[in-house]
Amino acid sequence: MPFALKQKSVLPGFGLTLGFTLAYLTLIVLIPLAGLFVKTAGLSWDQFANAVLSPRVLAAYRLSFGAALIGAGVNAVFGLIVAWVLVRYRFPGRRVIDALVDLPFALPTAVAGITLTALFSKNGWIGGLLEPLGVKVAYTPLGVVVALTFVGLPFVVRTLQPVLQDIDPEIEEAAASLGAGRFQTFLRVLFPAFFPALATGFALAFARGVGEYGSVVFIAGNMPMRTEIAPLLIVTKLEQYDYAGATAVAVVLLVISFALLLAINALQGVTRRREEA
Amino acid sequence: MAVGAPLHQEIAHAPFGGGFSRTQALEEPALVRRVLIGLALVFLGLFLGLPLAAVFVNAFSSGVGVFVAAITEHDARSAIGLTLLVAAISVPLNTLFGVAAAWAIAKFDFRGKSTLITLIDLPFAVSPVISGLIFVLLFGLQGFFGRWLAEHNVRIIFAIPGIVLATTFITFPFVARELIPLMEEQGTDEEEAAVSLGAGGWQVFRRITLSNIRFGMLFGVVLLNARAMGEFGAVSVVSGHVRGYTNTMPLHVEILYNEYQTSAAFAVASLLALLALVTLVLKTLLEWKMRRRGAAG
Repeated sequence: MPFALKQKSVLPGFGLTLGFTLAYLTLIVLIPLAGLFVKTAGLSWDQFANAVLSPRVLAAYRLSFGAALIGAGVNAVFGLIVAWVLVRYRFPGRRVIDALVDLPFALPTAVAGITLTALFSKNGWIGGLLEPLGVKVAYTPLGVVVALTFVGLPFVVRTLQPVLQDIDPEIEEAAASLGAGRFQTFLRVLFPAFFPALATGFALAFARGVGEYGSVVFIAGNMPMRTEIAPLLIVTKLEQYDYAGATAVAVVLLVISFALLLAINALQGVTRRREEA
Repeated sequence: MAVGAPLHQEIAHAPFGGGFSRTQALEEPALVRRVLIGLALVFLGLFLGLPLAAVFVNAFSSGVGVFVAAITEHDARSAIGLTLLVAAISVPLNTLFGVAAAWAIAKFDFRGKSTLITLIDLPFAVSPVISGLIFVLLFGLQGFFGRWLAEHNVRIIFAIPGIVLATTFITFPFVARELIPLMEEQGTDEEEAAVSLGAGGWQVFRRITLSNIRFGMLFGVVLLNARAMGEFGAVSVVSGHVRGYTNTMPLHVEILYNEYQTSAAFAVASLLALLALVTLVLKTLLEWKMRRRGAAG
């Protein structure tokens, strides 16, 4: 039946569950999101360009994307180390630490925001140590990077862990018995095997960082042109009843996020195919 | 080959990595191992351990009296109540949706399935602030339905319905995303057997599917609930910050913090941190349960 919507099945409930799924999806997600695009279509080109290309907005985009990129990079390096250590080594407290990796998912962003600010401000536990060295974190772009590193932390670890776990020890044994040193085996055999997962984790952390709001606004200081992130600019414009401006800034952010989502899906497809192969 | 075979065996079975093969060929030198473990611990200590400790230390920094006062005063209690109310609406709705979507997607083959899965994932790709904005554009005073709503005296934005809507949007995919792969893996054999033995649809679902997916479902619900109670950005845009009325716990934390009532802010924040810890414990327990089930089945 090449043209049938669904293939035959003896199980009941297809119409009911798919119907409910589509109706609920349309009401809660699709119509509200469509509203954003309808609103954008109602803007004149000048309105849109003025909102999106103003220096303040460009600075905010640059900060949001730049800090998210650095945060994701830090997480790619340390996330790999953490995932490697958790999967390959046994040491006391490993299980507790493994569970704790998800803290940034579970901790409300506002709590993370005020806590990181307290830690990194000049009277804080960490800020107090950095201040004499001339390093300021709170209320600087570096603070934004710290917050985005925190929220992105679980992504790389959690995408890498199952892949590292599933690497067949035999391929490492084969490399070793063929005379490869440990570092060579890592670089030439293991790295290519887990690279798609590392890239997926990086992309997920980056995508999350670009849109992040709660954990950043407290530590950033929110100075226009310097420490103001794009999502905050949307809030600011809304508070000034500049709906057109808020919409324009939002739609650019949203389109980029969707593009990232598609890229991530493609990457995950690569990972899955490798696992099956 | 004659040399290769015993070497291979030795690699696979050498006890405690004592032999040449295991330590040198399959494991990093002890020094490298220690450095890597050290780096991981320092990184996690800095980004997870210290923040977690700081929440509780700051919460009690002005004494137990201030802590108790901060979490029992009127505005705090109404914030806690609102947070619980919003979760009590969003969590069941999205759970019901997740189960229905997973049933349709995992148990049947139809066209457009992968598109549907991508659409279900959409809210995860939307910035929290934009998740609030879209509802302001629909229901705010200048929004598409704003005038009509105002004429009929219905408030959605800067009122509780808006907070519920934004939270439901943000937490939309959690249960579906957990259940779709789980139910796909379980296949349809058990359900089909039950149907062929004469069981009705509801009976099949309740007796077979639900018992197979209950840990996965709980797992999704735990994560969904944590996000619903902790959401800040989306809720902040639609709430209007009316004290004692539209403030959820995270918004209450923000207000206290901005008013320089730092200890009080951290007191309320510590309740949310406690929720996060409970979430992590439940999540770990459920993962353990599911792994045991997977190993047994």
